[in-house]
Amino acid sequence: MSTSTPARAAGATADFLDTRIGASKLVKEFARKIFPDHWSFLLGEIALYSFIVLLLSGTFLTMFFVPSMAEIHYPEDALPVTMQGVQMSEAFASTLKLSFAVKGGLLMRQIHHWAALMFMAAIVTHMLRIFFTGAFRKPRELNWIVGFLLMVLGLVAGFTGYSLPDDVLSGNGLRITDGITKGVPIIGSYASFLIFGGEFPGVDIIPRMFTAHILVVPGLILALVAVHLMLVVVHKHTQYPGPGRTNKNVVGFPLFPVYMAKAGGFFFIVFGVLALMGATMSINAVWNYGPYDPSPVSAGAQPDWYMLFLEGSLRMMPGQAEFVVGGFTVPLNVIIPAMIVPGILLGALALYPFIEAIATGDKREHHVLDRPRNVPFRTAFGVAVLAELIMLALAGSNDLIATHFSLSINDITNTFRVLFFVLPVVTFWITKRICLGLQRRDREIVLHGRETGTIIRMATGEYVEVHKPLDDFERWTLVGYEAPRPREIEPAEDSRGVRRKGYRLDSFKAALSRVFYEDRIEPVTPAELAAAHSHGEHDMLPGGTDNVEPTALAGSGQDTGHTS
Amino acid sequence: MKALAASRRHRLAPVLLVLLALLATGVVYSMIAPAPKAVAEAANADDIATGEALFVANCATCHGINAQGGPAGPSLIGVGAAAVDFQVSSGRMPMSSNGPQAPVKPPQFTGEQTAALAAYVASLGPGPSIPTEEMVDPTLGNAAAGMELFRTNCGQCHNAVGAGGALSEGKYAPSLMDTPPSEIYEAMLTGPQSMPVFNDANITPEEKRDVIAYLVAQREPAAGGLTLGGLGPVSEGLWVWVVGIGLLIGSAIWLGAKSS
Ligand code: HEC
Ligand code: HEC
Ligand code: HEM
Repeated sequence: MSTSTPARAAGATADFLDTRIGASKLVKEFARKIFPDHWSFLLGEIALYSFIVLLLSGTFLTMFFVPSMAEIHYPEDALPVTMQGVQMSEAFASTLKLSFAVKGGLLMRQIHHWAALMFMAAIVTHMLRIFFTGAFRKPRELNWIVGFLLMVLGLVAGFTGYSLPDDVLSGNGLRITDGITKGVPIIGSYASFLIFGGEFPGVDIIPRMFTAHILVVPGLILALVAVHLMLVVVHKHTQYPGPGRTNKNVVGFPLFPVYMAKAGGFFFIVFGVLALMGATMSINAVWNYGPYDPSPVSAGAQPDWYMLFLEGSLRMMPGQAEFVVGGFTVPLNVIIPAMIVPGILLGALALYPFIEAIATGDKREHHVLDRPRNVPFRTAFGVAVLAELIMLALAGSNDLIATHFSLSINDITNTFRVLFFVLPVVTFWITKRICLGLQRRDREIVLHGRETGTIIRMATGEYVEVHKPLDDFERWTLVGYEAPRPREIEPAEDSRGVRRKGYRLDSFKAALSRVFYEDRIEPVTPAELAAAHSHGEHDMLPGGTDNVEPTALAGSGQDTGHTS
Repeated sequence: MKALAASRRHRLAPVLLVLLALLATGVVYSMIAPAPKAVAEAANADDIATGEALFVANCATCHGINAQGGPAGPSLIGVGAAAVDFQVSSGRMPMSSNGPQAPVKPPQFTGEQTAALAAYVASLGPGPSIPTEEMVDPTLGNAAAGMELFRTNCGQCHNAVGAGGALSEGKYAPSLMDTPPSEIYEAMLTGPQSMPVFNDANITPEEKRDVIAYLVAQREPAAGGLTLGGLGPVSEGLWVWVVGIGLLIGSAIWLGAKSS
């Protein structure tokens, strides 16, 4: 009896919901959604679950945090010793009380902060997965934009949260924000006064940040996450190339029960890892920095990692770029590193799907992901932007690099200044070469099979290595891609010699397309495969001299890299 | 009375008064001023002689035979016993390699030899003396006051908790996590190399002790768990990528592998 009562209750509830909102249809629809399986498809989930942990731990923190800049003296008898009797804002004092007096408070603070760092790290890895596999192509460009906005909102959430405790470090961060705001031409000082409610630091900024941090930004993130996931369901999930996987199907497990169990279990793993980090690893020990006071700045003052690229950009910029025209200061030493550089890098990321679509001229839908090597330009571009961002983050840590590797900070900064221009070019070139090389190797494997390492001696006394041909499944993965060719455009003049409208736009598109697809390796065609096989046992036992042949085949007149 | 009244108007009376006032100030000062280490004062001729011998053997190549300075080292006349004690017991002197900054290495002299060297250099000219045990006792200091002093005077070079930081051209402010209290005091008093001197007018002896109390309080186990080097957001960011994302991607791969 005891088992059937809850079951009946559940049945009754389900029936109630079903008859009123058609729940069963919804559940059935949803439960039977197919989700392909790959670990990299769980990266978005790490972000999602970190966000849930952020909401839970953040709710706890709001119950004790006092968002006020009123000055008080910390009690003489409260921990920590180093803060007794010190003058500070209520925000800072309540953060200390949360850490030392509230039961579980420090754990919650640390979980919250680690979850914030994890959230951003997961968003970035997720974004990298989307980028390098081409999951942003039609019809998912909009979801890429939604995702991009989520990343920006994540930055805002992290920054506003970092500023709340009102310690020296967060105050330093706000001071930089103030400086950057004031650096905006014309409206700068007005904007700064507007944000801070008067001269920096004022008494308004913490309450304002608080509203943004606990209400506005999480609300927007929540709404956009809902849109994001809805779009994932609407578009269906992409899948990696493989046998039987096409742009018209999805191969995977039903959402319920397999994927549900996996995803649900994964939530607890994420929560567990974050709790473990919060319990054992100290983070943002604000009592070390002390309450905010505009005068001191300690060595090793840095923002959280996701803002480091901005810090690095500012640290690298030579100060001489500031000049005065007609009584107005033009702070190019702020405008370039804090607005133009991040603007270009982030703008390029946001718009990339659209730029690539122009270069490709492809209007079809894509549901099968690319292997990064098969899109050399995109992969190389992504690696170059990534390398630039990592380099900027390292430049933001130049003092720590100097002390830990016993280097001169001046040398480090000068090196980074050079790398800023050289690194993207070099990483782009190297990555593209590697991709083309891997593609060539794939061709070779398809045409001649895998090396087995077994050497046999022929009757003639010749030694050859046995190559094992691929089976059809393996071959599918290696040949199932397209190598877009540069766009062909119609001539500038029509048959009667009249200049065609839109020719300039077209020729721009063609030029862009050439940049993208000039160098490429075509997949092996059935004809080529047949030709390779027609040498009889060729693919089983290729002789030494035949080794040049694959490259010749691969070239088909377009391949620029006849290096091998 | 008349004689006294007359002598009060004597020509030399102001001079005498000034002399008396100076004497009184001197007496009061010697009573108020922190008593320098008694032993060092009593430094007998023996100590000084031992110190001189050690100096000639180990230091004179750079600092000159009479510590008057040479091409490879500054004059030590008037740097005081505190400077010698700091430089020698932290192992900086005798300097071995030519770097941007004399590195800390294991001390090369025993406590007695160091004291003798200090006594010798102190005998060359007056300078700051070695603080007493009591002057550097962290339990007598106020860590909260020390925190405020430290972050306005020292944090910009040594980091908020004294974890160390970079200066220009390969110079650096070292980590203070293991520095003994007497060396902290002496460093403030003598300002080694790129570090400014914080004399007793800048930071009083009591305040120096507060700074020591603050720095020693940092050595206790952190409230939040592993300190990750006390380096702030950069090391935290590194850990979230290495441990956090590392563990989670590992689990994701494991979950992915479970299906197929
Ligand atoms: C290789 C050369 C060299 C030798 C040997 C050497 N010193 Fe020095 N010493 C220097 C230099 C250079 C400086 C200045 C830079 C600095 O402060 O580290 C210096 C600075 C000092 C100072 C600090 C002076 C101040 O203004 O505060 C003291 C004290 C000192 N040395 C003591 C010694 C003693 C004692 C020895 C012997 C045990 C010794 N040195 C051996 C090169 C040397
Ligand atoms: C301008 C930067 C600067 C400031 C400000 C500064 N220091 Fe230093 N400090 C240094 C440098 C550089 C050294 C290393 C000197 C050497 O190696 O000879 C040093 C060395 C020290 C040492 C010796 C460490 C050891 O392990 O041997 C102590 C202790 C110290 N400082 C304490 C302080 C205190 C306390 C303050 C504040 C009252 C302070 N410093 C302010 C730059 C600074
Ligand atoms: C709040 C942060 C984010 C959350 C919670 C989130 C969550 C998710 C989840 C759970 C998925 C499905 C599983 C997967 O493929 O990983 C997904 C897919 C996707 N995300 Fe995100 N994401 C976030 C940020 C981003 C960002 C920054 C971008 C890129 C700019 C992005 C672009 C996409 C795209 C294009 C898909 C579809 C992928 C496909 O179908 O292969 N997302 N997201």
